[in-house]
Amino acid sequence: MSARDEVLRRVRSALGDERKPPPPVPRGYARRSAEPRADVVALFTERVAEGGAAVRHVGADELATAVAAALWGREVKRIAVPADVPYGWLAELDGVRALADSPPLDAAALAAVDGVVTGCAAAIAPTGTVVLDGGRAQGRRALVLAAARHLCVVHADQITATVPEAVARLDPVRPLTWITGPRGARGLEVLVVED
Amino acid sequence: MRVALFVSCFDDAMFPGTGRAAAAVLERLGHEVVYPPGQTCCGQMHWTTGYRQEAARLARAFTEVFTGADAVVAPSASCAAAVRADHPRIARAAGDPGLARAAEGLAVHEFTEFLVDVLGVADVGAVFPHRVTYQPVCRADRLLATGDRPLRLLRAVRGLDLVEMPGAGECCGFGGAFAMKNADVSVAMVADKVGHIRDTGAEFVCAADNGCLAHIGGALSRLRGGVRVLHLAEILAATRGQGVPA
Amino acid sequence: MTGAPAPKFAAAARVALADTRARRELRAAAAVFGRRRAAVPEPPDWEALRAAGHAIRDAALLGLDAHLERLERAVTQAGGTVHWAADAAQARRVVTALSRAAGADRVVLDDSLPVRELALDAALSRAGITTAGPPARGADPGGEAEDGGGAARVAVAGVDFMVAETGTLVFVEAGDEPRASGGEAETLVAVAGIETVVPEWRDMEVLLQLLPRSLTGERMTALVTCLTGVVPGDGPREVHLVLVDNGRTRVLEDEIGRDALRCIRCRACHHVCPVYERTGGAPYGPVHTGPIGAILTPQLRGVESAAAASLPYASTLCGACADVCPVRIDIPEVLVHLRGEVVESRRARPVPPPELVLMRGLAWTMGEPRRYEAALRRGTRWARLAARGGRIRRLPGLLGAWTDARDLPAPPAEPFRAWWARRRR
Repeated sequence: MSARDEVLRRVRSALGDERKPPPPVPRGYARRSAEPRADVVALFTERVAEGGAAVRHVGADELATAVAAALWGREVKRIAVPADVPYGWLAELDGVRALADSPPLDAAALAAVDGVVTGCAAAIAPTGTVVLDGGRAQGRRALVLAAARHLCVVHADQITATVPEAVARLDPVRPLTWITGPRGARGLEVLVVED
Repeated sequence: MRVALFVSCFDDAMFPGTGRAAAAVLERLGHEVVYPPGQTCCGQMHWTTGYRQEAARLARAFTEVFTGADAVVAPSASCAAAVRADHPRIARAAGDPGLARAAEGLAVHEFTEFLVDVLGVADVGAVFPHRVTYQPVCRADRLLATGDRPLRLLRAVRGLDLVEMPGAGECCGFGGAFAMKNADVSVAMVADKVGHIRDTGAEFVCAADNGCLAHIGGALSRLRGGVRVLHLAEILAATRGQGVPA
Repeated sequence: MTGAPAPKFAAAARVALADTRARRELRAAAAVFGRRRAAVPEPPDWEALRAAGHAIRDAALLGLDAHLERLERAVTQAGGTVHWAADAAQARRVVTALSRAAGADRVVLDDSLPVRELALDAALSRAGITTAGPPARGADPGGEAEDGGGAARVAVAGVDFMVAETGTLVFVEAGDEPRASGGEAETLVAVAGIETVVPEWRDMEVLLQLLPRSLTGERMTALVTCLTGVVPGDGPREVHLVLVDNGRTRVLEDEIGRDALRCIRCRACHHVCPVYERTGGAPYGPVHTGPIGAILTPQLRGVESAAAASLPYASTLCGACADVCPVRIDIPEVLVHLRGEVVESRRARPVPPPELVLMRGLAWTMGEPRRYEAALRRGTRWARLAARGGRIRRLPGLLGAWTDARDLPAPPAEPFRAWWARRRR
């Protein structure tokens, strides 16, 4: 008998022939929130800051300046960016060298950068979390986790009011990285773009 | 109300003052107290130590004695919890549905719970001019959802200076057979408990169970701790002109 | 495995209690957890989340066969490969063979529970493969690691949850130095106990709230990685999932004991346990420690050995663990149930253990009022003779453990029932 068949046989034998279906899962916890958007965004900001990461609000037209200022403020000179990062985000960089991850940067190249700039797939207000899924402007996991500083651009409409809202929004088939606080991403800094 | 008093075997032999005090409080409040004579032991120690068959035998004997009583009151929180929460489990483990029905049919109350919930009193007219601190009975309080009932009773006692014990919620280390099978850990736990008790500056530490108190009191006595243990019922029984029970 | 039999909990605890540094560190760790948890207010729907977590884990266990088959299909469809291991030896062979097949002479191992349970470190070393902990995040991925090896081709990581519906493997990383599970290796060997499966992706919305708060007292752990099969251009090029039984189906057989398999390995019960706070993990044995270990190990290994049989007794049943458990495992009641299993396993011995003789005798005496009353009179007389100044300072036999550090009052001459009878007259 294969190990597979043996394990499944043991499971079935342990559960017995007269199995009762398990009771339904009571989902009485907070799944959606009716809070005003402004409060959700404010809570996200507060929680990111509580977690020890810098967070700033910018208008869409100020984003390029804010990205440049954030990198300048941390004395970041070389950054890596996902190949599909919007050009506009980096339009104001002055004295910062941006390397696109296309073709994929090798390990030595990644080791030589001192920051990455990415977007995110979702953000969670009550936990102050940003979630990346390898989609647009997010890059592969090795890129995100390699650098000493991570500047993450979060659009206000990406911020969910609850964890269940984020889980519903995310596609689990994509590689997901949930980052919370400075122990999640070293030198995390968040720019919230108010659209 | 006619109250059937259940005095645990341990209290019967070692702390008879607790049963006397409980009877005195109930009678003072105008209730009739009876002591069903066939009672022995609820089987708590056997059950929690793993002796299922022996526990079932004692649970059956207990149920026979108390079936039909309007209210069974036990001034021992762990025994009240054993009868109410464990007896149905003992019956299930023994495959005895008759015992399960009989056990679930009993109206068993822990002493403080009976006073507060059934009789609706917090002030039982007690006078006890001493500084006192209070230790919960962890497992029983969880199974019985005791909450702050003992504290409400203590706060109504005239002259009593109730001091909160730091870390009161942590177990004292008694745990029945644990106190013997894991005596070293048990003693390490009560050493810290004794420290917290002494920090309160209390003269007395009280609880609703003499098991915990024998353990805490045994350590205090060995260390000449200068604090005495006293069952809560004995504090509630104290009145003006009546000294501290010996 | 060879060597002397493991000591009983009480004997090992005696050694641990004497380690002053460990005691100080354990106290500090419990205090840190308490402070962290207190700093983050409990969410208003916490009890609803616990109820949901309880039900999700029960649903996973009661349909375990179907969930595992669904998981296998989903992982395979996403480009991963599923392996099964009925016991630790099979699991070690699978992991060793996968490492060899990937051409690795160096494997990165995380310090997760399944990796420790299976002793993969030693198994790979025996196979001539060097092992190392994961590199710190952001460490030079192309450079030489401290032990002189380059970036590892193979990473072996313990899985926290597996989603049957989607084939997603979830890694929750909470350490103060977070690691990206297998992020940089070409081949990821994910090792999972079969019980870690959950039915649906949306179940993670509950577990990813329960686990972080219970693990570190925070709202979310530092890093959570969800990986479904192989993603071209991102992460490992090969993903292997090793599903391990190793005694779990034996636990599943016991309708009461199986509640232990709901565990999501948060260690909240460790942080609040007054016994663990004083003994630390060593007396519980090498893998599962604390209150949850006291109910898991005797079931995984059986209660035949004295060491495993002593674990259900390593608790005062105070219930602090049950109050804090995010999936509401009633640890004290499982402990009592397992104590019953221990006693039952010893009833058939040709020479009955002294405790069994004593407890049987007590029940026989207590089971009948006349016998009880006779024994009460005898016992009272005897105990009063043993007392000096109203206190008993030394008791013989099994009771001696009490009087090693605690007095006992001498029983009063008149038991309650005698007083009652006298009063009635």
